[in-house]
Amino acid sequence: MWNRTLISKEISGCGISGIIHKKGKLISGEVIIKSICCQEERGNGLGAGFAAYGIYPGMENFYTLHVMAENSYALELVEELLAHQTFLNYQEPIPTRKVKTIKNPPLFKRYFVRPKFEGELTEICDELAEDNYIVKLVMEINTKIEGAYVISSGKNMGVFKGVGFPDEIAEFFRIEEYKAFIWTGHNRFPTNTPGWWGGAHPFTILDWSIVHNGEISSYGTNKRYLELFGYKCTLLTDTEVVAYILDLLIRRHGLPLKVACLALAPPFWMEIDEMSEERELLTAIRIIYGSAMLNGPFAILFAYNGGLVGLNDRVKLRPLVAAEKGDLVYMASEEAAIRAICPDPDKVWAPKAGEPVIVELEPNTIPNQRSYLKGRPREEDENELRVKCAYTPLFASK
Amino acid sequence: MGTPQFSTFYPDFYIERLENRCIKCKRCVKECTYEAHLWDEKKKILKEDHTKCIGCHRCEAMCPTKAIIIKPHPSQFREHANWTPWFIKNIYKQADQGGVLLTSTGCAVPIKNYFDHLVLDACQVTNPPIDPLREPMELRTYIGSKPSGIEVEEVNGKFRLKKPLPPLIKLEIPVMFAAMSFGAISLHVHQGLARAARDLGTLYNTGEGGLHASLYEYGSNTIVQCASGRFGLHVDYLNAGVAIEIKIGQGAKPGIGGHLPGEKVTEEISKTRMIPVGSDALSPAPHHDIYSIEDLRGLIFALKEATEYKKLVFVKIAAVHNVAAIASGIVRAGADAVVIDGLKGGTGAAPTMFRDYIGIPIELAISAVDKRLREEGLRHMTSIIASGGIRCSADVVKAIALGADAVYIGTAALIAVGCSMCQRCYTGKCPWGIATNNPELIKRLPPEVAYEKIYNLVHAWGHEIKEMLGAMGLNSIESLRGNRDKLRAVGLTKEEMEILEVKHAGEV
Repeated sequence: MWNRTLISKEISGCGISGIIHKKGKLISGEVIIKSICCQEERGNGLGAGFAAYGIYPGMENFYTLHVMAENSYALELVEELLAHQTFLNYQEPIPTRKVKTIKNPPLFKRYFVRPKFEGELTEICDELAEDNYIVKLVMEINTKIEGAYVISSGKNMGVFKGVGFPDEIAEFFRIEEYKAFIWTGHNRFPTNTPGWWGGAHPFTILDWSIVHNGEISSYGTNKRYLELFGYKCTLLTDTEVVAYILDLLIRRHGLPLKVACLALAPPFWMEIDEMSEERELLTAIRIIYGSAMLNGPFAILFAYNGGLVGLNDRVKLRPLVAAEKGDLVYMASEEAAIRAICPDPDKVWAPKAGEPVIVELEPNTIPNQRSYLKGRPREEDENELRVKCAYTPLFASK
Repeated sequence: MGTPQFSTFYPDFYIERLENRCIKCKRCVKECTYEAHLWDEKKKILKEDHTKCIGCHRCEAMCPTKAIIIKPHPSQFREHANWTPWFIKNIYKQADQGGVLLTSTGCAVPIKNYFDHLVLDACQVTNPPIDPLREPMELRTYIGSKPSGIEVEEVNGKFRLKKPLPPLIKLEIPVMFAAMSFGAISLHVHQGLARAARDLGTLYNTGEGGLHASLYEYGSNTIVQCASGRFGLHVDYLNAGVAIEIKIGQGAKPGIGGHLPGEKVTEEISKTRMIPVGSDALSPAPHHDIYSIEDLRGLIFALKEATEYKKLVFVKIAAVHNVAAIASGIVRAGADAVVIDGLKGGTGAAPTMFRDYIGIPIELAISAVDKRLREEGLRHMTSIIASGGIRCSADVVKAIALGADAVYIGTAALIAVGCSMCQRCYTGKCPWGIATNNPELIKRLPPEVAYEKIYNLVHAWGHEIKEMLGAMGLNSIESLRGNRDKLRAVGLTKEEMEILEVKHAGEV
């Protein structure tokens, strides 16, 4: 059994890189490999990974579960659960290569599924309900099936990650054979040695994927906050909480992306107090989402079916550089990682602390495209309804 | 000769007078409210009655030539591990008088202090510590019930809050002053607390003794209390502050009401409390309109109605065995914040047995309440205020890491104004002019001095909290709330660590 009990929070330094083509043109995996390998010094061979969007054309309407398993028995358990809870369209082992330096890798398999709602054979077209269903399913596999982990669960996207240097992981998963309109890559320098493939980045939930350089000092607070909403942090790393917070704020609470970023890395009170129009909103964000704030040094890239976002912590304690060239936007820990794949960018800049770089695909570029620039209504919270009287006049006629 | 009074035979303290230093100025006689120092006019010498000394150290502090030393009385009983002088003397007192043992302050029994078994974290290498002298460091905290999330709308390309938040209280530092009534403590201390609260951006609590007319101007920094005695309670009082605290119980004496001995009820107190001069103000054990949780809900909303839903309603309970379930009920009953007062919480007057043996330590209570509210999906919608035994800024940090939003300090604030913990507040003779309303004695502590000392204390704690936060790599207090990662236990059992939800030091 993987020894996961030792580490409740990962501590590591890292290199990150991401590319997006705004018109949805597919980019070869070779590009991201080149960029992340350029930052080899930022890792120590104990973890690397890639997230790719647009890699399963023709399967866009199915949630793709990338499952990592310790043994075939764990996979059988997963398959049994999937048979009960999903319509399984297709399954196959994730193609890998033998790499000399990678010893005893886990098993990798992908499943293309749709949710099967209890008591109904017909599908429900409610996207939020379907997404919630998949989130629950992922939580169930991750917490209940020993030795099996879902490493990605979005539509038309997938994550490939493991223990090794980025070039080794890329070779193992045959990354150069995939083509995607968004790529993110990660190179890890953990200070502990979990030797666990699940601990590598990117981390995902649904089509959210995160690569992260930093340490989230507020982990304990964030984790407890997320538990209130049914998220269970099982991968034992602080990056996981970022994925879940984004999912909660954007998908479930319907906050516009920019507002969610403000919750993650809000301005200081002394800045908010000076604001005029925005003060009320910022104050509310800080009060209501204080426990979702990510405190500590970080630079993160997160991607979804439709966009790529780069964000620094509120005092910029980790590097992040962005660049543009035509329809391509690049973000990375170091400018060198960008120049390695785009020697002549139109514009290069270092985003300010807490100021997100949000790049979305042009509208209607891909199937199931998601856009989070605008807000949506908030999902109802059962508990809130029950204690609502706490702030709504009950006997008052006023 | 009448019946011997055993309790007077064996004094607790010994007054040592250094004759070579004493100038016979008689200052000690004037300072001692317990008449332990006597002037023998005939012999022109100073004498002492050790049995009357309560160990307040006032004479020692005020003696212009430092000629007095107060020490434990050297006379000793034969050693016995069970029958310590404390128990022997208490039995003498009760055998002499036939009464309930009375005392003041918080639990004096060395029941395990969990704060002292918790250590904090700091950043090294992987994560830079933040320097509060050079970077912003935020302690601001909002108290009250909150919605689970917000909704925004876009107006002219800008995001705006769709529905304003319910009323909330802003604290610039999550340290408030616990309920101490005017009556239990002097008006000067109340004035000092009120002014300090205003300048620090925090709140003080009137306690159950009403609000003196001179303090209405500090309304935006005031919590008014509604306790079972309803002393001094009228609609202007309820509307005077920013929050109303329903006091169900207090950590020093769970299960019983307040005690203000008639000796302390002076003219001013009588006016403020709306009771006759010299009458004992004993509030009943229960609120006689709250015999169940639904009655509490009734009172919460009655108070909200009376104040047009502009004031927050806190409910304060003593930390008892079932504190978590009770707290959850309180939140569901509509309270805006739950106040938990632990075993070590102080008081001006309590039966010794209650003070020392009833209730549970606040550290365990905070964690249990925080956990229960999280399990029930309510934690983010309410506030937890912890009190009872907070002695230093590290205790504040630990309480918040265990799940509190803010803390109350009471005893610490009184020590700041000179209290030496003699534990005789109930006599009304406080030689330091704190827990008294004797017009002569209160002059010993002018309001300006009280203000300055209390302000300084909390200001200093604020600095320390910022330094500790920075060392942990946090620049905002909300990232500490409930953050057990920042705590490790030293020398606690598995059960204790489970309740506190902390790991042992050495565990990663």
